[in-house]
Amino acid sequence: MTPAHMEAALLLAGVLFMLGLISVLIRRNIIFMLISVEIMLNAAGLAFIVAGSKWVQPDGQVMFIFILTMAAAEVSVGLALILQIYHQLKTLDSDAANLMKG
Amino acid sequence: MENLLWLIPALPFLGALLLILFGTRLSRSLVAILGVGSVAVSAIITILLGIEFLQNRPEFYHQEVWQWFNVAGFTPSIAFHIDALSIVFVFVITFVGALIHFYATAYMADDQDYSRFFACMNLFVGSMLMLVMADNLLLLYLGWEGVGLCSYLLIGFWYKEPENGYAARKAFLITRVGDTAMAIGLFMLFQAFGTLHIQTILTEAPQAWSVGSQMAIIVALLLLGGAVGKSGQLPLQTWLPDAMAGPTPVSALIHAATMVTAGVYLIARMYVIFELAPLAQTIVAIVGAVTLLLAGFSALTQYDLKRVLAYSTISQIGYMFLALGVGAWSAGIFHFMIHGFFKALLFLCAGAIIMALHHEQDMRKMGGLRHKMPIVYWTFLIGAASLAALPLITAGFYSKDQILWYALAGENGSIWFYLAGLFGAFITSIYTFRMVFITFFGESKTHLEHPPGKVITIPLIILAILSLVGGFIELPHNFAHIILFSNLMAPVLPGIVANEVLAANEWMFQLIAAIVSLGGVFVAYLFYIKSPALLASIERSDFAMTLHRFWHSGWGFDALYDALIVRPYVFISRLNKRDFIDSFYTGLARMAEGFHVMFSETQNGVLRNYVAGIVVGAIMILTISLFL
Repeated sequence: MTPAHMEAALLLAGVLFMLGLISVLIRRNIIFMLISVEIMLNAAGLAFIVAGSKWVQPDGQVMFIFILTMAAAEVSVGLALILQIYHQLKTLDSDAANLMKG
Repeated sequence: MENLLWLIPALPFLGALLLILFGTRLSRSLVAILGVGSVAVSAIITILLGIEFLQNRPEFYHQEVWQWFNVAGFTPSIAFHIDALSIVFVFVITFVGALIHFYATAYMADDQDYSRFFACMNLFVGSMLMLVMADNLLLLYLGWEGVGLCSYLLIGFWYKEPENGYAARKAFLITRVGDTAMAIGLFMLFQAFGTLHIQTILTEAPQAWSVGSQMAIIVALLLLGGAVGKSGQLPLQTWLPDAMAGPTPVSALIHAATMVTAGVYLIARMYVIFELAPLAQTIVAIVGAVTLLLAGFSALTQYDLKRVLAYSTISQIGYMFLALGVGAWSAGIFHFMIHGFFKALLFLCAGAIIMALHHEQDMRKMGGLRHKMPIVYWTFLIGAASLAALPLITAGFYSKDQILWYALAGENGSIWFYLAGLFGAFITSIYTFRMVFITFFGESKTHLEHPPGKVITIPLIILAILSLVGGFIELPHNFAHIILFSNLMAPVLPGIVANEVLAANEWMFQLIAAIVSLGGVFVAYLFYIKSPALLASIERSDFAMTLHRFWHSGWGFDALYDALIVRPYVFISRLNKRDFIDSFYTGLARMAEGFHVMFSETQNGVLRNYVAGIVVGAIMILTISLFL
């Protein structure tokens, strides 16, 4: 991979990460927040791939597989929690789930 | 016998322990048996020991029980040292103590805190014995504080009356002033000699310090401070009259016969230090002389029977201090012993009267008791005669005459000490017989409730006999050559040589003392029996009334201390009500609380805020790590 491609790829990863972050911050629907978190994860994964190909090491791709695995586990737990929240509160609005105040 | 030394203080302690632990569950008679028995057995052991001591005349008995602790070479022991000086004290404490305990079984019979009373009394006797038997000053100090504690507990025995609690606190605090001085004195002694073992200090002090050296004077004055506090001498005497709030047997045992003489014991025990500090020794004599006069005048004006006796105690201990101060060591201890007998007797008689009159202590409401309580009358009369030092027949005459004689003719004596003592003797005899005449003569004013039983009268009779014959063991030189007591004391305390010019005319001074004492009785007779109108006319004048008020309040010492110490202290403590230094720590607590409020606001349950927080934090950390 040439340096020019690498910069563009890292930029893409950064933009994706920021998009995900911003939508976590501004979305109220919990499902969308979960999706945004997935986007951030994938952005981080992209950065790993880019770094791996830059130094010609397999570690980057190994890390991406770890991230995928973790994302799958996280989504399953997250979806179960979302189901429970919907059961309890009859809404998916994350601001309604503020019962644990300090 | 030497191996049984430890039993003497251990038995009262054991009695106290058992009574404290199981007292409330035991029957009254068992409590009495435990309480009286422990002291009585101690007294029997003491008497046996004393007989052996008199036969063999060893210099001392010594028993080491165990080593108390060992810190950097400082190894005080729980060890007992009995020589002639301590054995006199141990004898008076256990013997008079046992009689008073016996008496108290009747006096306290109706009290609901029967076992608490005997527990405290036993604890007191144990501590006092430890004080006089200790072979090192630390153990002595332990006993010293122990008797202070018991004094507090027993003055405030009837704690439901707030005044009693006040009197107890007053006694505790004022003696604490003296105790602090004494503790500092002990520190200095330890610094100088590296030990607190009494005999070692007594032998090493003359080598280490020259006569009149500054160290010796300071240490002697500090020890004197402790003695003054415990013995109710000027300027720390104000607690003793108020200490009469306790039950009468307590007054008899603690505030007359034994504890208050601890100061006398301390000075006599450490006599070497005082001989190295002539200045301090003179101060001892001055304190004694001034105290005996001040307290005598105050005793003249009191109406409370027990307060008269309290002031007379202060005054008589003043005599002992005077004797110690002029170097008549053995005379001081002799007066202690005789005083222990007759003052305990007077207090126990007063207790019998108070009990018979339904806890009435005001002499003005008594009167005419002569025929109603003949035994109490006669024993009280004997005690009073001994206190007033009526010549020839009473023990008080022989002990007090010796003090007066050496106050004049001793090496350190002076005409002023003699005159003070003589005038004090005159006042003593006036107030003593004023008490007798008001209480037992005149018309009867109250109905007698309980005539005293045998338990009350037996100790009275024994003490009365001792108050009469106790003096015959030490007669003046020109009467007969009987000096058993000073012979006993000779190995322990230095003797005193009388001025030879005066000694030729000793009989004259004895005659003067006798006349003065009889003159006091006559004055009391004149004012209180023959022509009370004369007294009344004197009392009506303005000057006399002011003087009366002044003396009645004990020369205004309470008011003086109130103005000089208590009020400024209260003022300062009020200024600093919101503790100045404490505000720093309150500030710390306030700050922590503020942060708590601030941060608990951030935990508001809104997920988005948490995320934003994490992001901001991450950015900050990244920025810092980039730039540093």
